[in-house]
Amino acid sequence: MFSGKISGESNTMNKQAILTSVAQAYMKDDLPEIRPGDTVRAHVKVREGGKERIQLFEGLAIAVRNGGIAKNVTLRKMSNGVGVERTLPLHSPNVAKFEVLRHGRVRRAKLYYLRDKVGKAARIRERR
Amino acid sequence: MTHVFAEDGRMIPVTVIQAGPVHVTQIKSTDKEGYNAVQVGFEEISDKRLTYPKYGHLKKAGLTTNLRFLREFRVDDPSSFSLGQTIDASIFADGEDVHVTGISKGRGFAGGVKRYGFKGQHMTHGYMTHRRPLSNGATGPQRVFKGSRRPGHMGDDQVTQKGLKVVKVDAERNLILVSGSVPGANGTLVTIKKVAK
Repeated sequence: MFSGKISGESNTMNKQAILTSVAQAYMKDDLPEIRPGDTVRAHVKVREGGKERIQLFEGLAIAVRNGGIAKNVTLRKMSNGVGVERTLPLHSPNVAKFEVLRHGRVRRAKLYYLRDKVGKAARIRERR
Repeated sequence: MTHVFAEDGRMIPVTVIQAGPVHVTQIKSTDKEGYNAVQVGFEEISDKRLTYPKYGHLKKAGLTTNLRFLREFRVDDPSSFSLGQTIDASIFADGEDVHVTGISKGRGFAGGVKRYGFKGQHMTHGYMTHRRPLSNGATGPQRVFKGSRRPGHMGDDQVTQKGLKVVKVDAERNLILVSGSVPGANGTLVTIKKVAK
């Protein structure tokens, strides 16, 4: 019979570790820590007529959804009196950079209640 | 499954497949077996599961480890393979079209709603037939036609998923990323076939 020796590293690696390492190659490692309540500026790449430029979108992070490479953040801002929300995947190559401008102190993970509030009522205290 | 990003920023859902290394265990030719094929073995395992006939079969190919799976592929030219030859994921290239065949997840004895997508009836408002299959056919021929869609065993069948694309090949670890999902439960054997354009 054979010696029974098993060669090959790949057999010893478990399935979850392989999946994580595959996605890892596509993930950014220079992302700032974004938490709900933070004011964030996103540098979104926009392609128009074959040209590419950077568009800024600044808003309050009202939700952060985890999920490895699919992690995303929902930013909300008021634009000409209309609430605008954009959900951006953190690891997407279409977003050049995220900047955290201000840390907010909040007591919820999802700040959906802010959708029903405007002006003074929609303020968030700063986190120190 | 996981996702990766395309260069233009699109998110592509991918299935990670351990594609090899496989070892050629037998070469079949028209002269001897009547058809051209190559038998390959995959996944090295310990001798505990090795039977004496299998030992002889693998030894003939010059192999020194036991293999879990043996599968056969029809080829046009078996002389381009040699016994004991190792084939790894580098035979695939990015962007290639592939068909992936596997055994689908078993659903047990499933009803018509799950198995054939019957609409079913209302859950409330006096209906007593919620997910039942109802009519079996006309009263004209006083029998049920063969092949009628009825409740029964679902899944655990061989399924070929066509139209998949190789997104990326990791030759170092013998992994390939295929766009979309493939048949079967996690960690089960699938066979991958390149599709001629």
